[in-house]
Amino acid sequence: MFGYYLRLALKSFGRNPGITALMVIAIALGIAVCVMTLTVYHAMSGNPIWWKNDRLYAVTMDNWDPNHPLIPSRPELPPPEMTYKDTQFLFASNIPERKVVMYSTEGVVSGVGTAPPAQIATRVTTADFFAMFEVPFLYGNGWTAGADRPPQPLIVLSRRENEKLFGGANSVGRTLRWNDHEFRIVGVLNDWFPRPRYYDLNGGNFQTPDDAYIPYAWGSDLQLLNKEENDCWRPEKLDNFRDFEASDCVWQQMWVELPDAASLVRFQSFMDGYWAEQRKAGRFERPKNNRLTNVSHWLRDNQVVDNDNRVLVGLAFAFLALCLINTVGLLLAKFLNGAAVTGIRRALGASRRQIFGQLLIEVGVVSVLGALLGLALAALGLLAVHHMYAAAHLGERGGSQELMHFDVVGVVWALILAVAATLAAGLYPAWRIGRLSPAVYLKSQ
Amino acid sequence: MLKMYDVNKIYRTDLIETYALRQFSLEVTPGEFVAITGPSGSGKTTFLNVAGLLEEFDSGSYLLEGQDVRSLSDDARSRLRNERIGFIFQSFNLIPDLDIYDNVEVPLRYRRLSGADRRERIGSALELVGLASRARHMPSQLSGGQQQRVAIARAIAGDPAFLLADEPTGNLDSLMSRQVMDLLEQINEMGTTILLVTHDPELARRAQRNVHLVDGQISDFRAYEPHPSVAGDAGSVGAVRA
Repeated sequence: MFGYYLRLALKSFGRNPGITALMVIAIALGIAVCVMTLTVYHAMSGNPIWWKNDRLYAVTMDNWDPNHPLIPSRPELPPPEMTYKDTQFLFASNIPERKVVMYSTEGVVSGVGTAPPAQIATRVTTADFFAMFEVPFLYGNGWTAGADRPPQPLIVLSRRENEKLFGGANSVGRTLRWNDHEFRIVGVLNDWFPRPRYYDLNGGNFQTPDDAYIPYAWGSDLQLLNKEENDCWRPEKLDNFRDFEASDCVWQQMWVELPDAASLVRFQSFMDGYWAEQRKAGRFERPKNNRLTNVSHWLRDNQVVDNDNRVLVGLAFAFLALCLINTVGLLLAKFLNGAAVTGIRRALGASRRQIFGQLLIEVGVVSVLGALLGLALAALGLLAVHHMYAAAHLGERGGSQELMHFDVVGVVWALILAVAATLAAGLYPAWRIGRLSPAVYLKSQ
Repeated sequence: MLKMYDVNKIYRTDLIETYALRQFSLEVTPGEFVAITGPSGSGKTTFLNVAGLLEEFDSGSYLLEGQDVRSLSDDARSRLRNERIGFIFQSFNLIPDLDIYDNVEVPLRYRRLSGADRRERIGSALELVGLASRARHMPSQLSGGQQQRVAIARAIAGDPAFLLADEPTGNLDSLMSRQVMDLLEQINEMGTTILLVTHDPELARRAQRNVHLVDGQISDFRAYEPHPSVAGDAGSVGAVRA
């Protein structure tokens, strides 16, 4: 009977093309707004490395002013970054499977053909960065831990930078000058735009990754400052870079990968022991607040998703509900308009259940049409958002691709949402028409 | 075969109750051709709707082929209606956006017959009413008489035991009315029980029995001799037998 009902549904649309089009448009608008809002919400709040949520932890310790927390409105949070001396001690631990200390700086690249010298965002990081954050490579690889200290003149470029400097060719093995030091290229990243940029939220939650990566110890050797946040809570004598490294200023990010609960407990204990020792020495005057924070909680603590976004999602669903309520009205009007034919079918032997099934299939077809149109509208809308976002926030750096990331799972969910919501909306009209006495409508024919 | 005893059907509003059928009792035997007559509002159509399981009744009993229809679920009533009852309406009630073939197919679809079985039955029914060559025409392309013949084909395609006809010639001219009545008589001769609601005493005389309703009650029974057109005497009118 399914095929028969499907054929009847298509004929029925021809009978009331106006009402059918209105229903499809109403559903499409509701779905489009929902899919767009959810996609943007997902792009802006999703955990881009969710599969490592129980392995990957941001390391933070509260060394801040004993009288004033870093963020007065959220006194429970330690500073998001750490001092150089604390990261050095914790980095020496062998408990984590992987560990990364890093910060972002600026460097000037030169010595590549006739390209003029150009400043590029550069991450000073330890070797595990690439494996820990699962960074994809187009050519070559990262460096090994042995190249971290003493630092080897090795560099990894982003795909975009490689295209700019080498026209996209495999540049592994070639050299360039970075801040007037010769570096050999060991790897070129493939496209990689974790959104939000969870591992370093400085400068904005949705900054694109850096264009170059060099071994961490170059930071000390070349006295490279963090280009983003260098926060100090007390006046200190900072005459040179060594003074800065020895200070209580926070400016480095640290992440560890702990494979299981036992290693988590051990590393937490290691941190607490270090904290107690330092406290005895007069540091860490605030209450103990040594944190290992997984990515989800890290995003929450840093308020990557603000309430406005959640409200928008709520409003989008409210709009969908409004569209569906209108659809219920239109369905009722359409079905009542066809009640005489329903009466004939009942007289010819259709049961209420069969009429209900037939009408629900009609609703299902409307919902699928609405969903497909909704997805098309959502794609157009996201394309517009993508262009606006790129123009407003990213300039030449690109990276709003995530907004266009229309994955299969998302599309399937949108279709399920549309069909389920419309079917739910169609239940009442279909039931109501099935309950009508056929004799009444036969008389009106 | 069809037995109604003391059936009451009441239409209620907030202020009044109207008896459409009052203490209505009737037995119809297999193969009978019964005409139901009476003035407007006398309950003829209500009787037909109750008999055809299109409407519930308030009290009394109704046995159709031995089954008490009040105890049946909607599914069972629908199945019974689909398999044992055919309807013919005054306004034809064809589905306008289905062609003739698809209109005749509707009750067979609900019976879940195979495609081949449906094709055979539709072909036979349209052949009987003389419209086999118009199977792919739309209802709007046919005359009123042709549309009513399609409705008859639809009603008999499922080979029902009962044919319930509500003023089947009400919208037709006299020539077409006669053709439709000839067709109904032909179907009756094939063994189908027919209940015909009509205003027209001439048409009622072509039935074997006339049940006259007034205010939802039977006021008169008459049985007729076979109609002259059947008996071969075109000049006289069927006489009252009892």
